[in-house]
Amino acid sequence: MSSADIYREIILDYYRNPRNYGKIDNPDISKRDSNPLCGDELEMHINLKDNKVSDVKFTGKGCAISQASASMLTELIMGKDFEYVKKLTKEEILENLGLPDLGPARIKCALLSLKVLKYGIYSYLSEKLNDATSADKIKEEASGLF
Amino acid sequence: MQTSTINIENIRRDFPILQRKVHNNKPLVYFDNAATTQKPIQVIDSIHNYYLNYNSNIHRAVHQLAEEATAAYELTRDKVAKFINVKNREELIFVRGTTEAINLIAYSWGRQNVQKNDIVVTTEYEHHSNIVPWQLLTKEKDAKLEYIGVDDNGELILDQLDDYLNTERVKLVTFSHMSNVLGTITNAEEIIRKCHKKGVKVLVDAAQSVPHMKVDIQKLDCDFFAFSAHKMLGPTGVGVLWARKEILENMQPFNGGGDMIREVHKYETTWNDLPYKFEAGTPNIADVIGFSAALDYLENIGMDKVREHEIELTKYALEKMSAIKGIKLYGTPDMKKRGGVISFNLGDIHPHDLATIIDEDGVAIRSGHHCAQVLMERLDVSATSRASFYIYNTKEEVDVFIRSLNRARELFRI
Repeated sequence: MSSADIYREIILDYYRNPRNYGKIDNPDISKRDSNPLCGDELEMHINLKDNKVSDVKFTGKGCAISQASASMLTELIMGKDFEYVKKLTKEEILENLGLPDLGPARIKCALLSLKVLKYGIYSYLSEKLNDATSADKIKEEASGLF
Repeated sequence: MQTSTINIENIRRDFPILQRKVHNNKPLVYFDNAATTQKPIQVIDSIHNYYLNYNSNIHRAVHQLAEEATAAYELTRDKVAKFINVKNREELIFVRGTTEAINLIAYSWGRQNVQKNDIVVTTEYEHHSNIVPWQLLTKEKDAKLEYIGVDDNGELILDQLDDYLNTERVKLVTFSHMSNVLGTITNAEEIIRKCHKKGVKVLVDAAQSVPHMKVDIQKLDCDFFAFSAHKMLGPTGVGVLWARKEILENMQPFNGGGDMIREVHKYETTWNDLPYKFEAGTPNIADVIGFSAALDYLENIGMDKVREHEIELTKYALEKMSAIKGIKLYGTPDMKKRGGVISFNLGDIHPHDLATIIDEDGVAIRSGHHCAQVLMERLDVSATSRASFYIYNTKEEVDVFIRSLNRARELFRI
């Protein structure tokens, strides 16, 4: 993908004016991770109610792709069934970003948000719900992202 | 295609990789030389020739191939001695790189000489390789690690060194001779003079200085000195550690094994002479031999000319860059105090986005924290972009870089 395709108005807008930026007090799900190669950081907070995402916020530092991806992911999952959120794939994230063909050097930037989300769900399932089987499955998906 | 000092056209012909095209036929503009430089054909041929014609282990066998390989390997040591003006060749130890050299000092010398409540002083503009080994050592010994700060010009605040030295507890001061991020050239002579007055040992991380300027160990008068071949036209996997003979003789070995011993008995071993005491195992023979050709190449050009060329190129680039809207340049504008490294940020474009965009135009630069997160904290940024030059870079390439930066600026609507 050429950078003219990557850095479209919408990506720059989400980078400069991130939606759902911030923190939640005592969230049900809370996870922070960074990409050691470039130092991008991301923290995601989620509240659940009636098995749906009732609130989601993120904070972070990093490139336009990683930050826009995180912000768009929060919009994508807001109000959605927890089951749907658990099953999100990397293809869906890239499609949602409008960047289906990112090269190997930058795909990590786009997928950091999904990785944080999946690890967050893993901690929630294993520590709060004691559902080891589902937790292990999602952990495997998270570690397989990059 | 020429600065006033060296014939770049001739030099570029020796680097086949500079002919290659990237991203839909764009000529490669390689500005990531502080990370590693390209290799001239002479270096590549020399390694090739070793494997084709005289590959053999060194130092012990008596056959002809071993004699030839040993001679070529040891010849590199002599060339290094001449290159940085070392008096005793046995003070030069081949290691994997600067990182291994510093770890060797921290492990062997540090464990013997740094005790509880002692202080090791480093600086805020160090590469992680000159921070982490000292964290490991000082934590193990319950000693202290202190930092000389960096001012807004990107220079060390040397008054802070005096304060540390006055505690009378400092055992070692270790610093980068040239910052890999800011390009600042450290006033090494002054630091060494101050330390030696107090009997404090000094380690110079010369990974960024030896490749780019004339360095004279005897004039410098430090105690430990380390640099890497691959940042000066040589192969990866070869580094040089120099230390004073009396220090090396009193140091315990780092690795135990073959080649570093004199006699091995069931429970006792005596050590081989210097430098072999610190070169356990089969070394990186081919690449040490390849490094010899890199040293010849630089000697032929002359390190003063290398430096002059980089000053001219850096001055030109800084002038053009400072005219770009939204640019922030780090480091001192005084060319006497800096090398050919330019760290910068452009508006709110994250360095990784910037590097992706200009890579499309064939320009290879570095983006990120450059293994210097302590300095990033000091500069209050998470990352910078970095362009770094070498003998084969041209003003025309700088022009391509500048055009590309402006394209990125337009793409981000700055």
